[in-house]
Amino acid sequence: MSNHFQDNDKIMDHFFNPRNLGTMKNPDAFGQVGNPRCGDIMHIYLKIDNDVIKDIKFQTYGCAVAIASTSILTEMVKGKTLSETQKISSQRIREALGEMPAYKQHCTVLAEQALKKAIKDYQKDKNV
Amino acid sequence: MKKIYLDYSATTPVDQRVMKSMQPYFSKIFANASSLHSAGKLAQEALADSRQKIANLLGVSPEEIIFTASGSEANNLAFKGIFSAIDLPKKHIIISSIEHSAVLNPARFLEGQGEQVNYLDVSQEGIIDLEKLKNSLKPQTVLVSIMHANNEMGAVQPLAEIGEIIKQEKEKRKKEKNNYPLYFHTDAVQTLGHLPFLAQKWGVDLFSGSAHKLYGPKGVGLLYLKKGIKIIPLLHGGSHENEKRASTENIPGIVGFARALELAYSEMDSEIKRLKELRDYLIENVLKKIENSCLNGPKTQRLPNNANLSFAGVEGEALLMYLDRQQIYCSTGSACSSASLAPSHVLTALNLPPKISHSSLRFSLGRWTNKKEIDYFLEKLILAVKKLREISALKINY
Repeated sequence: MSNHFQDNDKIMDHFFNPRNLGTMKNPDAFGQVGNPRCGDIMHIYLKIDNDVIKDIKFQTYGCAVAIASTSILTEMVKGKTLSETQKISSQRIREALGEMPAYKQHCTVLAEQALKKAIKDYQKDKNV
Repeated sequence: MKKIYLDYSATTPVDQRVMKSMQPYFSKIFANASSLHSAGKLAQEALADSRQKIANLLGVSPEEIIFTASGSEANNLAFKGIFSAIDLPKKHIIISSIEHSAVLNPARFLEGQGEQVNYLDVSQEGIIDLEKLKNSLKPQTVLVSIMHANNEMGAVQPLAEIGEIIKQEKEKRKKEKNNYPLYFHTDAVQTLGHLPFLAQKWGVDLFSGSAHKLYGPKGVGLLYLKKGIKIIPLLHGGSHENEKRASTENIPGIVGFARALELAYSEMDSEIKRLKELRDYLIENVLKKIENSCLNGPKTQRLPNNANLSFAGVEGEALLMYLDRQQIYCSTGSACSSASLAPSHVLTALNLPPKISHSSLRFSLGRWTNKKEIDYFLEKLILAVKKLREISALKINY
């Protein structure tokens, strides 16, 4: 199977024009996955009001698919309630991005984990 | 702007002059070199002429050259051929830890068959340690294989000094009446036609080469096998290549290989100088204009066309894709480009911190690279690194 994914317009669009890029001052939640050793780091910042994700920002150190995965994820969850976002899995990210080489699928898993970590972070703070 | 190809170490375009030399051998002089008729004789003559030309350029005898279908096949033939031919127990191999997979995997294959393999590590500049090589030699070592130059970060290995160590070991074995043969093989795929290669002087017993790395066609390689060394073929069949490699000879390919090598040798000195200047210009400008960038591999003992650079905070494959969009083509050993998710074994062997090895790109220059191209490339590279650092979650004080 080919390792090329230049023909996937969706991945390329999100890679070259990432949505909701950046950091956030005083976020309600923050999620981070990865480390320099594995070559991927994702940061997700959330602004949450009434259990609705009002704003989301991200930064990703990683390959084109890692950047595209985080970018499309931010579009998928913006404006959604926290319970709705629980349904967003790496599978849904892959469906949204379209065909990619098998060895790139872990990038979508990382994006899911980053979001879940941010939400966990928020819920933990709430409970305390 | 046209496409900018900076991946000449992966493969090269066929030079028009090489194409021209090959042209008659597809449909006009097409016969089988083994055929007895006059048409076969023409093919046989082209084969013999090409072999002679290559032998002259490399300073070896024509009977010592076995044409193969690739550099990988040449390496496989060297490793498996030698080991099949030696019926002695506990045979031992020494290779460097930065060999191309076409050497690494034949060695691993033999290891799986029960042979012993030593993988010599390298300095941070990518050069093997001669003392370690000496200390790794065992009475049962039959093959030492050290690449001439590394394809990823360009480190040129001290073959003359390695050859000297092998020579001393051979003499020692004679005195000690040790009947284990010892052979010195080098994968010269990155250097043949690019750097002076003195097989005889350096005491090289076998070396591998490939036409497509020197502006010749794909699908042709060669193994030099010093007179008197026994190997068992990988391909059994007809008596081609002195009974060492069955298959109807690829005459157009071999003619092209000879022409390509001839051109490479006639232009070698000036090309080395030109490429070094361009390469140094590229490296100096990157280091000066892009903060937190660094050169990987050796500073001086380096292929004239190789620049392996890292850009902290930017993942290598992402940068490759950014440049690809600008029609600038290079390569990466970053983790994200591989199924294993680990940086290439070569970058790992250099002991680079992960943030450096994950952000490395290889730019390899060639016959048609010029300063105008490098200037355009630098301009696009600077923008791409800036953009990806904005996206990056790995913050370094730029």
